[in-house]
Amino acid sequence: MININISDSATKLNSLNRRMFILATAKIIILGGIVSRLFFLQVKENKKYLTLSDKNRIREWKLPPIRGEFQDYFGNTIAGNFEAYQLHIIPEEVEDFRYVIYRVKELLELSEKQFKKIVKKKNEIKPWETLIVADNLSWEKFSKINNHLYDLNGVKPVISISRDYPYKENFTHVLGYVSQANENDLLTNENIKEKFVPGLKVGKTGLEKSFEQKLIGSNSVERYEVNAYGRRISQLAFQKGDKGETIKLTIDTKIQELTNELLKEKAGSICVMDIYTGAIIAMHSSPSFDPNSFVFGISQDEWQLIRNNPMKPLVNKSLSGNYSPGSTIKPIVALSALENEIIKPDFTVQCKGHKNPLELYGQTYHCWKKEGHGFVNLREAMKQSCDTYFYEVARRLGVDRLSVTAKKFGLGQKVFKDVFDNEKKGLVPNTEWKKNALGRNWVLGETIITGIGQGFIQTTPIQLCLMTAQIANGGYKIYPKIVANDDNQYADKFTPLYKKSRNIKIVQDAMFSSTNEVRGTSYRSRLDDPNYRFAGKTGTSQVKKITELDRELDLKTFQIPYEERDHALYVAFGPYKSPRYALSIIIEHGGSGGTVAAPLAKKLFKMIIDRHEIRKNYDNKKYLNI
Amino acid sequence: MYQYRRFNNKNGFFQKFGNLDYILLSCLLILGFISLATMYSTDGGEVLFHTRSHFIKFVIFFSMMIVISFINIKFWFSLGYLSYAIILGMLIWTINFGITASGSKRWIDLYFLNIQPSELMKIFIILCLAKYFHRMKAQHVNSFYSISFSLIIIFVPMSLVIIQPDLGTSLLIAISGIVVLWFAGLNHKYFFYSCLLSIISLPIIISFLKPYQKLRVLTFLNPDRDPLGAGYQIIQSKIAVGSGGFTGKGFLKGTQSYLEFLPEKHTDFIFTLFSEEFGFIGSVLLLLIYSIIIYRVIRIGALSRSYFAKLFCYSFGTSIFIYIVINMSMVLGLLPIVGSPLPIMSYGGSSMLATMIGFGIVMSAKTHSQQSIA
Repeated sequence: MININISDSATKLNSLNRRMFILATAKIIILGGIVSRLFFLQVKENKKYLTLSDKNRIREWKLPPIRGEFQDYFGNTIAGNFEAYQLHIIPEEVEDFRYVIYRVKELLELSEKQFKKIVKKKNEIKPWETLIVADNLSWEKFSKINNHLYDLNGVKPVISISRDYPYKENFTHVLGYVSQANENDLLTNENIKEKFVPGLKVGKTGLEKSFEQKLIGSNSVERYEVNAYGRRISQLAFQKGDKGETIKLTIDTKIQELTNELLKEKAGSICVMDIYTGAIIAMHSSPSFDPNSFVFGISQDEWQLIRNNPMKPLVNKSLSGNYSPGSTIKPIVALSALENEIIKPDFTVQCKGHKNPLELYGQTYHCWKKEGHGFVNLREAMKQSCDTYFYEVARRLGVDRLSVTAKKFGLGQKVFKDVFDNEKKGLVPNTEWKKNALGRNWVLGETIITGIGQGFIQTTPIQLCLMTAQIANGGYKIYPKIVANDDNQYADKFTPLYKKSRNIKIVQDAMFSSTNEVRGTSYRSRLDDPNYRFAGKTGTSQVKKITELDRELDLKTFQIPYEERDHALYVAFGPYKSPRYALSIIIEHGGSGGTVAAPLAKKLFKMIIDRHEIRKNYDNKKYLNI
Repeated sequence: MYQYRRFNNKNGFFQKFGNLDYILLSCLLILGFISLATMYSTDGGEVLFHTRSHFIKFVIFFSMMIVISFINIKFWFSLGYLSYAIILGMLIWTINFGITASGSKRWIDLYFLNIQPSELMKIFIILCLAKYFHRMKAQHVNSFYSISFSLIIIFVPMSLVIIQPDLGTSLLIAISGIVVLWFAGLNHKYFFYSCLLSIISLPIIISFLKPYQKLRVLTFLNPDRDPLGAGYQIIQSKIAVGSGGFTGKGFLKGTQSYLEFLPEKHTDFIFTLFSEEFGFIGSVLLLLIYSIIIYRVIRIGALSRSYFAKLFCYSFGTSIFIYIVINMSMVLGLLPIVGSPLPIMSYGGSSMLATMIGFGIVMSAKTHSQQSIA
C-alpha cells in the first residue's frame, strides 16, 4: 500500500501544481471580468439604471383638474364648481364586502339596477382601486352614511369638486354643459387625452366646449412609491395642479334672465348686442334645459323628454336657427337701393293691397294688408312694412346688388367665426349662387320675394342682431364678442359699410317711424320716454306658402296648426337719441312680428337702458381699481 | 475508529485545534454574517422566516464543519465511493418519491428536514473522483478505461439531475467533475476536442432543450424581447445592481428588493440585493472575501502532503469559484439564467450543507496536512 512509486507521484504532483497555476491565472482574469462588469453597471451606467429603478418604483396618479369658471360681465359666477358628496369604497380595505355593500344599498335606497351596476364595476377594478358607489349624494343621504360609518368599515364619504350651473337653464345655450369625457373627446382633443382621468368632465357643447383648452386646468399629481404589483406604499410628493382659467363673458345676467322669462313657454331666441363694442349683452334660445342634469349623466327618461320636445330645446336657435328674415330684411333692401341710387327716399309706389296684387309674368305678389297702403314713399313703406313697395324696389335693385349689401352687414356668414361650433352661416342668395348650387337660372320672381325676406334667404337671429347693430351705429363694421377680454383686433373694425352716411340716417329714421309713429307696425310696443325710445322693424316670416284659400279664410294665428304658423321677428336698436344697443327677437310659429315679438322688445329696452348706467359705472370702477 | 486514531495520532486534539485555518474560518464567519444581514434585508428589515432559518442552518452547519475538520482526512478518503453511492441512491429515490415543487422533483423528505441530494452531489462527486485519481498512476490517467470510468461517474448523477429537471445543478455537478479530471492530469486535447464537439453540437442540444430553457437562452441574448415575461428577471436584476451605484443605496434601502421587483431574491438573486444596497464597493469587498476563501482553500491544498487532499482542495476551491462566477454572471446579465445558488450567501439548506461539508473536508486536510494517504 505504501509502495507508491516516488517518481510517479512527483509527476502527478507537478502536473497538478502546473494546472493549478494555469487555472489560478484564469481565475484572476475572470474575476477581473466580473469586477469590470460591476464597474460598468454600477458606476458607468449608474444614472441609466437609477432612472429605471425610479421609474419602477415611482408611479404618478393624476387627479381631475379643477375646471375654470365662467363669470358674467359683473363677475357673478354663472358656471362654477361645487362640492359634490360622493361615496367611495376601496374593496380591499373592506373586511366583508357583501355585508357593507348591502348595508350601503339599504342606506342609500339604491334600486336593484343601480346596485347591480355597482357590483359589476367592483368586479372590473383592482381591489385597491377606488370604487365610486355614488357620485352626487344629497346632504341627507350623505349625513346618513356619515352617521352609520361605525358600521361601514372601508367606506369613505368624499367631498369632490364638480360643475355647477347656478342659473340653471338661463345660460344653457351660451355655455353648453359638461359631462363625462368619452372616447370621441379623447380622440379629437389632445389636451383632454393628456389630462384624462376616470371621471373627468369636459365641455360637450357651447363655450364649455370651445374654451376647453383654457378651462380644463392642469391635473394635480400624487407621486407614490409602489411595489412590483402596483400597490401604493407611500406618498412621495403632491404637486398641486392649476385651476383652469376663469372666463369672463360680456353677458348681463339680469337681462339674460329677463330674456329667459320673456321666452317662457315659447320657442325662439333673443339676442342683445352693444352696437359699438359688439359685446353680447344677452343671448338666449328657448326652450332651454337645466345643464346640471348632464353633469352626472342624464337619466334616460329626462333625455327622451328633452330630445323629443317639438320645440327642440337642444338646438341653439340664436346661432343655428335658420329663418327667413321676413320684413326685417327691409332696412337692408332699402339701404341697398339707396346706396346703389336705384331710388330716392321720395320714390313712391302705389300699394293696392292683396285684393289687387302685383302681377309679374303670371305670378302674383301680395302685400300683407288687405286694403293696401295707397301711395307710399320709402319712410311710409318701412313704417307700415309695405310689401308691394319692396317688391318694386327689389325688382329694380336686383338680387346681386342686394346680396352685396346684405353680406356687408353680416348676413350669410358666421358671426362668431369659430367660437361656437354649432353656429350656422345662413344664406344670402344671388344669381351665381343659384347657378352653382341648384344648377338653374335665377328668376325675377325670386328677386321680388327676396325683397321681403322670403324665398332662399336664410338668416340666424344673431346675424339679424348684428345687422341691426351695424345700421344703428351709423354703418360701421363691428365684430361681436362674448368673452369680455376679447379685444378683437381686426383691421377693418369700424370701417364704414356705407357709401353715403345719409342713407344710413334715412333707414334709421324709417325704423324709428315704424315703432314710434301712428300706423307703424310696432307702434303699440313703443316707449314714449325719450330716454328709452327705440327704433325697430317687425317681421313675419312665412313657414308655408299662403294659398288663395288661406287668404280668404284670414285665420287668426291660434286657428292655424302650430307647425304652420308664421315666425314672429323683431329687430330694434335704442335708445334712439344716442343708440347703444341692438336686439333681435324671434318667436317660432308665434304669429305676427308686430303683435308677438315687438312687445318683448319694449320690456327688454326698459331694462337694457336702465342697466346701461350700471354697466358703464362698473367699467369705470374697474379702471379705478387699477 | 475515530477514537483510536485520535489517541494514536501524534497530533492531539489541541494541536489540531491550533492547526485550524483561522483566516478561512473568520472569512467564512464574516460571509455568514453578511449573508444573515442580507437575508434580514430580504425579509424587509425584520427577523422573519428566512433570516431565522438561515441563521439556524448557518450555525448548525458551521459547527458541523468544525467537527468534520477534526475527523482525519483518511476517513473522508475511505468514505469517497460509499458517500457517492449513497447520494446516487438518494437521487434515484428523489426521482421516484421526491417532493414536487414548482414543476420539478428535487427534494426528498427525511422527516425532520427536506434535502436536495443534487446539491450534495456537487461535493461528493469531487470526493469520489479525487479518491479515484489518487490511486491512479500518472500514465494510467489518460487511459481509455479511466476516462470512461470517470465520465460514467459524472454522467450518472448528471442525468439523474437533468430528469428532475434541474439543468443548472446538473451542469454544476458536471463542472465539478470535469474540474477534478482537469487537475488529475487529463490530456488537454480531450478538453479541446470536447469543447469543439459541444460547440458543434450546440444547435442540436438547443433543439433538445425544454421550451422554458430555450426561452432563457433567447432572453439572455436579448432581454428586451419580453420585458414583462421571460426577460423580467434579468432586466430587474440589472436595474437593481446598476441603480446601486458606487456606494449603494444603503442597508435596508434597496428599493428594487423592498418593493418586490426582484425575483428569487432569497436564493439565486441574493447578490443583486446585496449589490443594490452596498454598491460597487460592497460587491468588490464581497468578491474579495470570496477570493480570500478560495485562496486559503487552494493554499491548504498546496500545503497538504497527500495527493487526495491536494486534488480535493484544488477542485473544491475551483468549483466554488465557478459557482460564484456563474451566479454573478447570471445576475449581471453575462450568462443565461440557470438555477445556481451563491455559496453560503443564498438561502437553501442543502447548498449550505454541501458547501460546509466541503469546507470541513478542506479544514480536515489542513489539520491533517502531514497525513499521507496510502
